[in-house]
Amino acid sequence: MGKQATRVMVNGKSYARVVDARLTLADFLRHELNLTGTHLGCEHGVCGACTVLVDGRTARSCLMFAVQANGCAVTTVEGLAPDGQLSVLQQAFIDNHGLQCGFCTPGMLMTLTELLGDTPEPSEQDVREALTGNLCRCTGYAGIVAAALDAAQRLRGTVAKPGSP
Amino acid sequence: MDRRVEPGGDDVGPMKPAPFEYHAPRQLKDAAELLARLPNAKLLAGGQSLVPMMNFRYVIVDHLIDLGGLDELRGTAVVDGALRIGAMTRQRDLEFSPEVARQCPLLAEALRHVGHRQTRNRGTMGGSLAHADPAAELPAVCAAYDATVHALSVRGIRQIAFREFCTGFMATALAPDEMIAAVDLPIWRLGHGHGFHEFARRQGDFAIAGAAALLDVGADNVVRRAALTLFGVAASPLRVEAAEAQLAGKPLDAAAIRAAAAAAWLIAPISDIHAGGEYRRHLAQVLSARALNDAARRAGVEA
Amino acid sequence: MGAKHFGARVTRLEDPALLAGRGRFVDDVKLPGLLHACFVRSPHAHAKLRGCDARAALIMPGVHAVMTADDLPEPMRDTPLPLLLPNPALNVPRTQTALARGEVCYVGQAVAVVVADTRYIAEDAAAALVVHYEVLPAVADCRAAAEDGGPGAHSDLTTNVASTFSLAYGDTDAAFADAAHVFREELWQHRGGGMAIETRAVLAHHEPVSDLLTVWSGTQTPHIGRRMLADLIGRDLQSIRVIAPDVGGGFGPKAIFYPEEAVIPAAALKLGRPVKWIEDRREHFLCATQERDQYWDVAIAVDGEAKILGVRGRMLHDTGAYVPWGIVMPYIAASTVPGPYVVPSYRLETVVVLTNKVPTTPVRGAGRPQAVFAMERLIDRVARELKIDRTEVRRRNLIQPEQMPYEVGLMFRDGKPLVYDSGDYPRGQDKALALAGYDDFRERQEAALEQGRFIGIGLANYVEGTGLGPFEGVTVRVLPSGKVAVATGATSQGQGTRTTLSQIVAEEVGCRLDDVVMTVGDTAAISQGIGAFASRQAVNAGSSAHVAGQAVRQQLIALAARALGVQETDIDLEDGVATAQRGNKPSIAFGDLARLAQGIPGVSLPAGQSAGIEHTAYYTPTQAAYCSGTHVAEVQVDAMTGGVKVLRYTVAHDSGRVINPLIVDGQVQGGVAHGIGNALLEWMQYDANAQPLTTSFADYMLPMATDVPTCAIAHVETVNPLNPLGVKGAGEGGTIPAPAAIVAAVEDALSPFGVRFAEMPLTPERIVATLRAAGAYDRLFAG
Ligand SMILES: Cc1cc2nc3c(=O)[nH]c(=O)nc-3n(C[C@@H](O)[C@H](O)[C@H](O)COP(=O)(O)OP(=O)(O)OC[C@H]3O[C@@H](n4cnc5c(N)ncnc54)[C@H](O)[C@@H]3O)c2cc1C
Ligand code: FES
Ligand code: FES
Repeated sequence: MGKQATRVMVNGKSYARVVDARLTLADFLRHELNLTGTHLGCEHGVCGACTVLVDGRTARSCLMFAVQANGCAVTTVEGLAPDGQLSVLQQAFIDNHGLQCGFCTPGMLMTLTELLGDTPEPSEQDVREALTGNLCRCTGYAGIVAAALDAAQRLRGTVAKPGSP
Repeated sequence: MDRRVEPGGDDVGPMKPAPFEYHAPRQLKDAAELLARLPNAKLLAGGQSLVPMMNFRYVIVDHLIDLGGLDELRGTAVVDGALRIGAMTRQRDLEFSPEVARQCPLLAEALRHVGHRQTRNRGTMGGSLAHADPAAELPAVCAAYDATVHALSVRGIRQIAFREFCTGFMATALAPDEMIAAVDLPIWRLGHGHGFHEFARRQGDFAIAGAAALLDVGADNVVRRAALTLFGVAASPLRVEAAEAQLAGKPLDAAAIRAAAAAAWLIAPISDIHAGGEYRRHLAQVLSARALNDAARRAGVEA
Repeated sequence: MGAKHFGARVTRLEDPALLAGRGRFVDDVKLPGLLHACFVRSPHAHAKLRGCDARAALIMPGVHAVMTADDLPEPMRDTPLPLLLPNPALNVPRTQTALARGEVCYVGQAVAVVVADTRYIAEDAAAALVVHYEVLPAVADCRAAAEDGGPGAHSDLTTNVASTFSLAYGDTDAAFADAAHVFREELWQHRGGGMAIETRAVLAHHEPVSDLLTVWSGTQTPHIGRRMLADLIGRDLQSIRVIAPDVGGGFGPKAIFYPEEAVIPAAALKLGRPVKWIEDRREHFLCATQERDQYWDVAIAVDGEAKILGVRGRMLHDTGAYVPWGIVMPYIAASTVPGPYVVPSYRLETVVVLTNKVPTTPVRGAGRPQAVFAMERLIDRVARELKIDRTEVRRRNLIQPEQMPYEVGLMFRDGKPLVYDSGDYPRGQDKALALAGYDDFRERQEAALEQGRFIGIGLANYVEGTGLGPFEGVTVRVLPSGKVAVATGATSQGQGTRTTLSQIVAEEVGCRLDDVVMTVGDTAAISQGIGAFASRQAVNAGSSAHVAGQAVRQQLIALAARALGVQETDIDLEDGVATAQRGNKPSIAFGDLARLAQGIPGVSLPAGQSAGIEHTAYYTPTQAAYCSGTHVAEVQVDAMTGGVKVLRYTVAHDSGRVINPLIVDGQVQGGVAHGIGNALLEWMQYDANAQPLTTSFADYMLPMATDVPTCAIAHVETVNPLNPLGVKGAGEGGTIPAPAAIVAAVEDALSPFGVRFAEMPLTPERIVATLRAAGAYDRLFAG
């Protein structure tokens, strides 16, 4: 019951698959495409670990079915550093101790990638508000907030590469 | 996410949805036809409430009709003195819509409290109204504006006054074969004031209680029209008519606002694991006063 | 130590892979033929099992097996899981069996497991399984359960009291009889969870050719897990390998050996295929162990100058349905009360009560947050009643640095007398207060009040026994590639174990940080290990890394001296090269030395040279290492809604010598966030039938980015004399005093109304109800 063809562009690469309609986008990415950087922390939409970009906007991949992404462009954490070169934001996470266990990190990066894209000069409050959609149990958020502000500054100071932060 | 459905029954485990057939109609009439024809079918809008419930298997459907491909259901327009909002308009698009900010500033303000940017990117106007969570902001705003819901089915389009739309705890006046196509929010006179206050435990959580206020104040400082809606305190959004009646036709000042807010004390509040009724009643009064104060200030009255 | 790496703010070696989405968590491991498991769990808090009908489930396409207790191998079938920490005071040493037999005693207890092609299908089949239950009365409230005559949490037991014990020294009766003042407080602390963002996970695979059973598990303690699994499944240790790959947070609950860690390997063996189980979040709420949940009735006796004469009282600990870690949390709680203060006499009666809830085991802080809450609330009470500043009452009672080492008079849970090794508590408190701007706070408070804002400040002190034994091991080995391989039984759930140990080894051995290749959390890498809990790894594994590194350094020097024909004292080791500080400074790379150390086949090694360059050290601490600190919280309270915002948070922390300030500060900040959750948000609620009510992240509220300010952190480094590095643990100090400091701050903010609070979490609803009872709203609504 419920098999469906879906064609999704993920990190610039097109994939066509026939999947169960009930397969969530998160499980599709993780288990069909083996893009395991997208994590699942709750599967009910609160923790944000599964956050990806769908057509450039953040979305919970646990609350979408893969078939809904038919014809969409999806970006996952693997797409942030395609050539192995970490993005400015990723580097800022290292420098500001923005991660501990790293499990929430991919979701954090996707949220902040969107934020820095639409708000190049975010205030600390802007960053914190955006991050309410992502839970982190390890860091107490300080390093993540610092990394976001640091990355924003670096991106303003440099000519933004296409596709970055 | 729906926080009200408690675990129960004999299923303690699931976090993956039960199987279903997926339909992605491209035409509105096809969607209506599918909804009329398919047994045990549900509409999928932004999925931010429905999919968690499917993952928990609180909701098990045989057919899922995805409204995502229906461009006709997206967008805003001013029609006959009302702001018409297509059911599939994403909350995030409304949040940044200059038209919403200009015509229905109360809605713009309320949207910032609806979940998080990540859920607003997907969540829709129609989904929120159909889901009818008692603590949801958007139904409260519709109640404040006396909105009109356009319900579409194979039988045609029916208009439902918002007063009649919410029929109980997460229940609406929609027939099983009906879907929301759009909602009309009557536009208040330019220069009216709005106020929106809620108390949630954390940013983006469903509110424990909230209040939405609209005030139209004449040059003589006399209130021409008032709307005060509470949410989170009862099975569905609640217009505090006693407060509105007290305000209307009288000069607006601090005492009037205090008295109107005190009318919120008369509600019969609900209790759940998030808060008891007494506390909700208290918040209703506090937040009503705050919302009315903001509305008064924006209407040019320092109360 | 000529610190090049040690003590430096080194960025973490773990980060690049995790940031690129190349972490390897259990669910990222893919094996051919992999099957997926779903557990069938009790929906009842207490019930007799009356059989199970799996027929409908078994005929579903894609379903491979349904197993109940009867299908498990011997002795797992009916042997209770091991009790990790036996204690003579534990009268009812009850643990659960891997799958329930006869009776279920909490909602979520595993009854059966379904194995299928996908998790989706396994869940379909689980829903089709029919389990017959005969529902029994459930025990939900430990206060009622402690009394005789009520229903039992286990139907075969005549009591719900698992243990009663008393920790005491000095003459409390005399102290209280003579005291100028006695104050009593009744306090309650909620139940909460670790709530790592990665849930638990187990993947088991049996490889018939080598007869090796490999288990990937999201555990803090792989070596302990292997030992327990070996016992339950009847295999030798060396035929089992447990790997804890990247683990997404631990915080205590992943230090337990769980039923799933036994059942999944059993299923893999039975089916001859790899089987994976990923806990879902709701299961985590139901089945992962929790903590706090204590009721305290305590009193303090002081003289006219606010000097403490004694503390005594009674504490009730709701331990849940089983005691997998014995009575360790109530024991730690009871022994933590005196804390950094001179308390001449002390007696606490503790009653550990079984209920029909998921078992409790240590969660970040392990009993200490409760004890600190009790002690600090008492001291605040003394200050208020005697009208002395809270900081001054503390100052008068703090143990002075000259009194170190300080013998408290109790036995700690490590079986050793509670002796604080080192510390400067008054300096810590002063530092924290200065950083927090305590002196001008009253002015700020008044200014705020004039604007109608209620702000308040609170502080709390604590001492924490960290670095518990018995041991941890580290092997350091120089490879022919010139890399330095390090293996340890220590594990990492985000603490930066790799980075920290690499710093220590690189410092000792004289190599680049990048040249250290580390294996953590793999039982194949080192024969003995314990794992992560009780902030023990910096002390235990850190010391072992230091000792092993030193030994390898010696070996390198000896070999290099021989190879270069110079004295050993002439050799310098740096960046992976041994250089003779003579003549034209001849040098030899570590890789070449490693090859030399292999010798030549058939030729004897020179006298005194051992095979290879390698050393394994198992550091065994003689006792716990006592870290300490002072926290200062500044909050704003919306008196009308009860909403609390933490505006500013200051920590002065003594974790001994700091190996990496970046990592230690991160641990403190993360711990504080957990403490803010405990103080204001997190509350695992149950109804009167012990049905859990808060089983989603919407209902059980973790702190968000808007709830946690960036802390100001000061380090007070007093060197621990008992280990070679001088370090103490740092993982839990952020959490322990936070609720005490925050609740005190809320009280201070609302001081115009004279309200008091005695529980955590302190909810807005409670604040409003308390203000209402105090008549505050007559004033506030009028204003
Ligand atoms: C973490 C989190 C926090 C949240 N916080 C809030 C909050 O603070 N306030 C709040 O209001 N909401 C909140 N939500 C829910 C909100 O995001 C949802 O957008 C909203 O409740 C439902 O909208 P949707 O478009 O996602 O609808 P869906 O989830 O797709 O659908 C919801 C229901 O409406 C029905 N439906 C959808 N569209 C139609 C239609 N056109 N006609 C008839 N029936 C229809 C569906 O069949 C379903 O029963 C939160 C969600 C999450 C995950
Ligand atoms: S896994 Fe999707 S929000 Fe938690
Ligand atoms: S780094 Fe572990 S959850 Fe955020």
